[in-house]
Amino acid sequence: MSTPVFIGLDIGSSRVKVAAIDARRRLLGNAVRKSGTDFAATAEACLDESLGMAGVPRDAIVHAISTGYGRTNVAFVTAQSKTEIGCLSRWGRDHFHGAITIIDIGGQDNKVIQLDQDGRRASFKMNRKCAAGTGAFLEEMSQRLDIPLEAMDALARQSREMVKLGSYCTVFTATEVLENIRHGKKVPDIVKGLFYSVVKRVIEMDSHAGRVVMTGGVVAHNPYIVEMAGEMAGRPVVLPEFPQLAGAIGAALYALDEADPNRIETNIPAGETHG
Amino acid sequence: MAEEKKTTRKKIQAADKMNKIMADYFHGLNEAATTGKRKVAWCTSVGPAELLRAMDFDVYFPENHSAMLGATRMSTDLIPAANAIGYSPDICSYLTADIGAYLKGITPLVKAYPGILSVPKPDVLVYNTNQCRDVQDWFAWYSKKFDVPSIGVTSPKNVDDVTDAHIDDVALQIQALIPTLEGIAGVKLDMDRLRETVSLSRECTELWKRVLETAMASPAPLTFYDGTIHMAPAVVLRGTQTAIDYYELLLAELEQRTRDGVAAVEGESARIYWEGMPVWGRLRQHSELFAGLKAAVLASTYCSSWIFPSFDGNDPIRSMAKAYLELFIVRSERYKERYIKEMLEKFRIDGIIYHDAKTCPYNSNSRYGLPGRVEADTGVPSLVLSGDLNDLRCVSDEQTKTNVEAFIEQIAEGR
Repeated sequence: MSTPVFIGLDIGSSRVKVAAIDARRRLLGNAVRKSGTDFAATAEACLDESLGMAGVPRDAIVHAISTGYGRTNVAFVTAQSKTEIGCLSRWGRDHFHGAITIIDIGGQDNKVIQLDQDGRRASFKMNRKCAAGTGAFLEEMSQRLDIPLEAMDALARQSREMVKLGSYCTVFTATEVLENIRHGKKVPDIVKGLFYSVVKRVIEMDSHAGRVVMTGGVVAHNPYIVEMAGEMAGRPVVLPEFPQLAGAIGAALYALDEADPNRIETNIPAGETHG
Repeated sequence: MAEEKKTTRKKIQAADKMNKIMADYFHGLNEAATTGKRKVAWCTSVGPAELLRAMDFDVYFPENHSAMLGATRMSTDLIPAANAIGYSPDICSYLTADIGAYLKGITPLVKAYPGILSVPKPDVLVYNTNQCRDVQDWFAWYSKKFDVPSIGVTSPKNVDDVTDAHIDDVALQIQALIPTLEGIAGVKLDMDRLRETVSLSRECTELWKRVLETAMASPAPLTFYDGTIHMAPAVVLRGTQTAIDYYELLLAELEQRTRDGVAAVEGESARIYWEGMPVWGRLRQHSELFAGLKAAVLASTYCSSWIFPSFDGNDPIRSMAKAYLELFIVRSERYKERYIKEMLEKFRIDGIIYHDAKTCPYNSNSRYGLPGRVEADTGVPSLVLSGDLNDLRCVSDEQTKTNVEAFIEQIAEGR
């Protein structure tokens, strides 16, 4: 008999993330793909990939819960969808002891979520409608600078004299970047300036109680942002093992919560989930 | 495919009567303006309407018209016309939508009330800046357009306790309007008539308060979204018997609902307070969003702003001044904080949502740390939603949905 699995599907604006966990909350399989225009098809592909990695067939799924912008676009969920804020909180509660602040930088929006001492969500904030400081901002800038997204982290680390960008909005920042190029500024210094503006935007969104943890695709691919956030906040900022999967794992944990309690192993210490 | 659930709130039967009242009101205004039988005054929503009614003006409220432009989702296409003549997209979107509509020769009154072709041409424009400076600028534009006087009261702002000095100031300004209005109306102000009008306004306001207070019941028999619709007579027909008769009818229906345990939102499981302006173009969506989550948005500062306990027929002008000054929007942060805390307790609220309306700083109370202070003192969780009253370019539906769903989740998980 196959290991029963619990699936979380995070259908984000930029990427679809799927996590498969077992009853002991261990991450058995996962997948990340570009969301594209057909969320349902991408989610199916990610699900197959995750189940393949976990080595289980479809009928091993006990429950599946979706989250993210496209949470209502997937066909095989078994319970009501949850918000990504709820799923990140659920993940944070499972993974950390004590009060934490989760800073999530997603493709389209940023979130700052406070969990209290007992792991309950005390508050949350999302960025305003503007995309400045989000993954979309960095994507736009990578195109403007004609450098691949995945090269940005290494470039930023080469910076010797960071360019400070003062604008509040993506369009104005793009103009500022062009101006700096015209003035002969080095690309690594500009990229570090872009990272700095992202960090500044998310750090300023809210106060930070307890340990600070950063999640989302942007920090998964650009860990230098987490280091810079730590410097700016004046305290260490935690980068978890699978930052991009945090929401999907949270959804999988909700799926586990939904399941028949008799099938679930309980009394597992917090933090044992690998993800 | 996971279906998105659509749940609507229960319809209030008195709505049909209200629709008739509003139709009569607008047709009356149209008749006054097109035949010249009666003079028409345009008035801001908490301007000196009692004085105007007592002098037999038909009173038209451009803010009501702007709300209609918003609710019919016409405003976003009209605002740019006002932007193009120099009125910034960052200022009041009631103003820009209304001026934009005039520039384009469009009004929702045409479709809503057959026979009406335009907004009623004014003989005078009368403002009170107790809400904001924008109303004065708004009327200044129409004053030039129609070549009619724009007069009014420039109100103190950020008032902590309303003192005699404040009341003296506004009362004198109201009195100073009288000669000009008499000249336009062609009649002398009859003080007995003013006393009677102020008394009628007081009665209307008391009934409206009782209507809103029916939401103290659990489950609540009406929501904020009902309130935004049913407040219309309290806004445009204050000082008339018609408004009083309507609220007696509405109150009876709601009290019956309470006796029968009828919920406006089936299975009410969270009680929410709305602070700030409605998003007029999203009333139905928001109502369905909350109802689908079994959350009742049942009380608000906005609807409660048409409660004026100080109107007193025995001292009409001073009591008008006092009533206009006691308005929430005129008050200091300290007062607002105290008021909101009282409302949260009175209506046994589980969560408060602040609408930060991009173009309405005066009615956005999340900008000076108030949500954090109220939450720290009361423990009632809060959420700030970015949006706007009329400019839907400033509204992100998906972000609103995610924020609201996450907030209701948080309230449920906090229990």
